[in-house]
Amino acid sequence: MSKPKCWQDVPPATIAWGASALDVETGLWRSMRPVLDQNKCISCLKCWLQCPDSSIKTSEEGRVCGINMFFCKGCGVCAQVCPVNAISMHQEADFTNEKREHGEDPGRVAGHVK
Amino acid sequence: MLNKRKEMTSGNLAFAEAMRQVNPDVVAAYPITPSTEIPVKFAEFVANGMVDSEYVAVESEHSAITACVGASVSGARVMTASSANGVALMHEIFPIAASFRAPIIFGLVNRSLGAPVNIHCDHSDSMPERDSGWIQIYCEDAQEVYDSVLLAVRLAEHEDVLTPVFVCQDGFITSHCYEPVELLSDEAVKKFVGERKAKYPLLDVDNPVSYGSFTMSEYYFEIKRTQIEGMNNVPRVYKDLTKELAEYTGREYPALDAYRAEDAEYLIVIMSSATGVVKDVVDEMRERGIKAGCLRVRFFRPFPAEELKKLAKGKKGVAVLDRSASIGGTAPLAAEVKSALYGLSKRVPLQEYLFGLGGRDLYPRDAEKVFSGLMENDYSDTARYIGLLEKDEENGGN
Amino acid sequence: MAGIDLKELTKKQNPLTEGHRMCPGCGAPTAVRQALMAVEDPVVVVGATGCLEVSTTVYPYSAWRVPFMHVAFENAGAGISGVEAAHRVLSRKGVAREKIKFVAFGGDGGTYDIGLQSLSGALERGHDFTYICYNNQGYMNTGAQRSSATPISANATTSPAGSVIPGKLQRAKNLTEIVTAHDIPYVAQTTLHDPMDLIAKVKRAVETPGPAFVNVLVPCPLFWKIDSADQMKVCKLAAESRFWPVYEVTEGKHVLSYKPKNPVPLEDFLRVQGRYSHLFKKGRERMDLVAQGQADVDREWERLLKKCAG
Ligand SMILES: Cc1ncc(C[n+]2csc(CCOP(=O)(O)OP(=O)(O)O)c2C)c(N)n1
Ligand code: SF4
Ligand code: SF4
Ligand code: SF4
Ligand SMILES: [Mg+2]
Repeated sequence: MSKPKCWQDVPPATIAWGASALDVETGLWRSMRPVLDQNKCISCLKCWLQCPDSSIKTSEEGRVCGINMFFCKGCGVCAQVCPVNAISMHQEADFTNEKREHGEDPGRVAGHVK
Repeated sequence: MLNKRKEMTSGNLAFAEAMRQVNPDVVAAYPITPSTEIPVKFAEFVANGMVDSEYVAVESEHSAITACVGASVSGARVMTASSANGVALMHEIFPIAASFRAPIIFGLVNRSLGAPVNIHCDHSDSMPERDSGWIQIYCEDAQEVYDSVLLAVRLAEHEDVLTPVFVCQDGFITSHCYEPVELLSDEAVKKFVGERKAKYPLLDVDNPVSYGSFTMSEYYFEIKRTQIEGMNNVPRVYKDLTKELAEYTGREYPALDAYRAEDAEYLIVIMSSATGVVKDVVDEMRERGIKAGCLRVRFFRPFPAEELKKLAKGKKGVAVLDRSASIGGTAPLAAEVKSALYGLSKRVPLQEYLFGLGGRDLYPRDAEKVFSGLMENDYSDTARYIGLLEKDEENGGN
Repeated sequence: MAGIDLKELTKKQNPLTEGHRMCPGCGAPTAVRQALMAVEDPVVVVGATGCLEVSTTVYPYSAWRVPFMHVAFENAGAGISGVEAAHRVLSRKGVAREKIKFVAFGGDGGTYDIGLQSLSGALERGHDFTYICYNNQGYMNTGAQRSSATPISANATTSPAGSVIPGKLQRAKNLTEIVTAHDIPYVAQTTLHDPMDLIAKVKRAVETPGPAFVNVLVPCPLFWKIDSADQMKVCKLAAESRFWPVYEVTEGKHVLSYKPKNPVPLEDFLRVQGRYSHLFKKGRERMDLVAQGQADVDREWERLLKKCAG
């Protein structure tokens, strides 16, 4: 979704398009990172059910298969609810060299207003 | 289709009859004097299967206007009515409705705001809403109320406008007095108003949108600018609409109703039902060879500033009669008129008056006195009061 | 839980998407996700002003994949009434789909306090909708002020625990029973102790014709002063201490949905939350208030059992 650049681009009636927040990279907030151990995971879906940010990925067969780092805020809920300790929390700083794709920085939504 | 009928009816009942003919999808309303008859009459239409509408008998005006917003955003054609305290209770939601571009038609039956409690007419309830982003139409009589409802539906829903409309009438004076009103046939109304086609209805579950977002300084200004654009388009759209309706009714209503104003030397600017008295006095004065005239402001929002400027240019004197006060500042109509005349290179002398608060009548002698003042070059820096009980020395005893 | 296949649910699109701006570990988005998870028909949502609304609709983005409307703080009940009324007409006319469910979300402030009248009116009029109160027991969006849902003794910014006054002096009002008194077809109370309970309750609420109400206790880690990971743990303590009874009222009949086998003392629930830390300060303990709180819980529980018994 491209953001309006001038008032003429603004959709009428305070409207925002449904699901457009998928552009917002809330993963930038993270200070702790959950790491999933697929070998331990029994795919009970408890973490998937409880994640406030819908960041637990599932496969087509409905199995937990990863964590979406673009959105995950690192709250630790998933690790806390996992019955077999398949998720552990780590310092985000340990991953600083990792390459990742960027979406929209939520802190810079107002970037055009200087 | 044009078989019209003439009926003795009142402003409220004319409004309700127009509603029945428009057959809105949703009406959510709450009773308050003097607009109560409108929802009561409409509930009766619903109970008797005369309309297809859903009537939501809410528990307050705040909920009435909120339900109207919800229904309008859903894609429904929506109408409601209220007065005074009811309007004040809705205040929070009016700018939201306008910002949602919800084309709600609102029968505002003017009544003074308490305290003290007073059920009679002045414009202290509608004037605080002038900056809410709604269109405001003020009607002189029941016929105009009826015609204005039909116009308002088309105007509000026009793609270039998408702005809610207050159709205002004076409480009791217009709302409750019976007068002959010409009504169109149901088919004619149906044809004129058509069906609403909403662009982004909330109920379109396949194309979900969110209404009422949160935005700080990033986009608030831009969203307001789009509303201003909608309002700016009103005069152009309205001009065509009133012509189109006139093909059915033979009646056309300009935004600014000029009565013997073009060649007049002295003008009274006024609104709503009290205009009748002024027009009579104008006729009388004309007979006496005095070039008097009257301007009735029908659209207060958008304000017909250009038209007013043109008509007031070169006059020897203008008096503005406000039916609501702005305590500590200039009354609403006077403020608009003064601001409109600011662009004239030659200043037109102007006198402000307050009249009719709480339903006090305006008499022909009052209007005559106003004209005399203009003719005698008698101006004061502050507003004068018409019909106010003054201390003995000022008005010769009470 | 009968009839709910979790694996199937993972294929369904989320009504509330990721990318919203609620705090890490907030209970509200978990509640919204779980609530709408098993609703089969398309849903239209109305939200009251509050953390949920603000954080999910930061313009020009919206985290709602379903149609969403927010009007103001005190009027979600009236807003959904208007939408539902419009739907009745527009579906008759064939302009809108026939099967749509209407769900309103309000915080405890928007429900217990400023929006109570609007909710009451909508319930009395019998609109076909479900109202879900995500109850974090205070006004979070404006910075953790007390509401009438804030429990006694809690430290909130307008009922602060000071050297003289030990936090909020009044008990929370029992909104679930106030709503029950409206004699609507379905009322429920739950928390985030067990996702299946919330999922099933909202499914039932939405499928019940007429008004339904669900009161969900959700932690706000900031106000409750708990670790962001602990939402479920704390909710379990709320249910097991019977501080927050988990039950439903179907056609006026009260039924407990969860009866703790070995109830834990209220103190266990209070101790894990920083908003009660003033009660446990070394040397200045207020165990009298803890005991009073326990007595309240016991009394309310007995009352509820009586209602369930008949
Ligand atoms: C009429 C009105 N009064 C006050 C406010 C300010 N306000 C916005 S949200 C809020 C508190 C919301 O509390 P709650 O409903 O519990 O939701 P939460 O933020 O806790 O999720 C307040 C006081 C407002 N928006 N409108
Ligand atoms: S909670 Fe643990 S075991 Fe269950 S799905 Fe998640 S990671 Fe796997
Ligand atoms: S850390 Fe929190 S946001 Fe991230 S996946 Fe786990 S539960 Fe979701
Ligand atoms: S302040 Fe509390 S309720 Fe609001 S988003 Fe943050 S955690 Fe949630
Ligand atoms: Mg709250």
